[in-house]
Amino acid sequence: MNDMLRLIEPLIPSLRRYARALAKDRAVADDLVQDCLERAVSRWHQRRLDGDARTWIFTILHNLAISRFRQTAFRGNHLPLDDADDSALGQPASQEDQLTYSEVLDKVSQLPEEQRGVLLLVAVEDLSYAEAARVLDIPIGTVMSRLSRARERLLTLMEGGGERVVPLNPQLRRVK
Amino acid sequence: MTDHPITEDDLHGYVDGVLDGARGAEVAAYLQDHPDVAARTVSYAKQRETLRASLAPIAEEPIPLRLNIGRIIEARRGPRISKWVASLAAALLILIGGAAGWSLRSAVQPASEGVLALAQEAGDSYSVYAPDRVRPVEIRASEAKELVNWASQRLQRSITVPDLASSGYRFMGGRLLSTPHGPAVMFMYDDDRGTRLVVLTRAMTVDQNMPMVPHARGAVNGFAWADNGVGYSLVGPAAPDVLHSIADTVRDQVKRGI
Repeated sequence: MNDMLRLIEPLIPSLRRYARALAKDRAVADDLVQDCLERAVSRWHQRRLDGDARTWIFTILHNLAISRFRQTAFRGNHLPLDDADDSALGQPASQEDQLTYSEVLDKVSQLPEEQRGVLLLVAVEDLSYAEAARVLDIPIGTVMSRLSRARERLLTLMEGGGERVVPLNPQLRRVK
Repeated sequence: MTDHPITEDDLHGYVDGVLDGARGAEVAAYLQDHPDVAARTVSYAKQRETLRASLAPIAEEPIPLRLNIGRIIEARRGPRISKWVASLAAALLILIGGAAGWSLRSAVQPASEGVLALAQEAGDSYSVYAPDRVRPVEIRASEAKELVNWASQRLQRSITVPDLASSGYRFMGGRLLSTPHGPAVMFMYDDDRGTRLVVLTRAMTVDQNMPMVPHARGAVNGFAWADNGVGYSLVGPAAPDVLHSIADTVRDQVKRGI
């Protein structure tokens, strides 16, 4: 139990950040993190002792997020008004040459789901390529190719404001 | 410069700072010679910084209560404890229930032995014969001597008829009854208002000497006891305290008679 507290607690800020960047909506993201923590607590004894707690718990979170997105894919992206206001008010003061928090979230959300996960895990959450491969359950080569495509696409999205390129809607891509 | 050509993976590794020192230096040297690739790599690095800087505030936010891991662990442990407590409580209840059931077995279930069985038999007799307007007794009070002889013979002991006149009840007569514990004799009394009382007596094999115990069935009360192997039960629709004093009278007379 103490192990659990000691190993999981420091990861919660990262988990919230990853969930928020994936889900965009604060309430949805925190729901995911809560589910993730409850699952981690209840399955703590199933964790492989030689495994890394961070990789393990990010795997739980990622899988919860993916299944949540698949459930909501047909309903579209739900963004309650309260939370929209909240995140708009809560964003840090924008710098001239830097995109704001919500703008970045917006651009990131236009990435295909599988590219988004890789980029966030590697570039933001500092997982190694091997760890990201374990979280996403894909070969490391796939991590590299998705990372490459994610960076290219995000560059296009950020520079062009999404106008030159018609972004593939990840929600629409799911419906097939 | 080694023989390994620079790959796309190396560029990303360079941006993410995961290359070892030697390979990093090789990529840096390569980028010096290839400005277009360098420009692309720099945009990756800038993008990385933008992402990290803009998403950092999320991780700085205070953790909401519902994401408090200590509480989640407690919440999970809570049900476990209460589950344990619940099963312990259930086990205790079963034990208590069992013990109570065992100790109350005679009160809850039809009493099969002793004065409680006698009390039940008396109650049954009362409910069958007391409402009877045609022939509540088989042998009338006028033939009391015949009844006493017959009963004494069947019960194999000297039987006397209690006199309840002091309590306002007249002896009406009686009859011989069968019980699961052998023959019994029933005496019936009534008062001026027609209220009837019944005394049932028989030999006891269980509870040969037993203090008086009250019993009740609806509005009908009763007291049962046993002395020297003979049991008595007085049953009637009188208040328990009234009936109790009548029962005491019966008991005194029986004791004196013996």
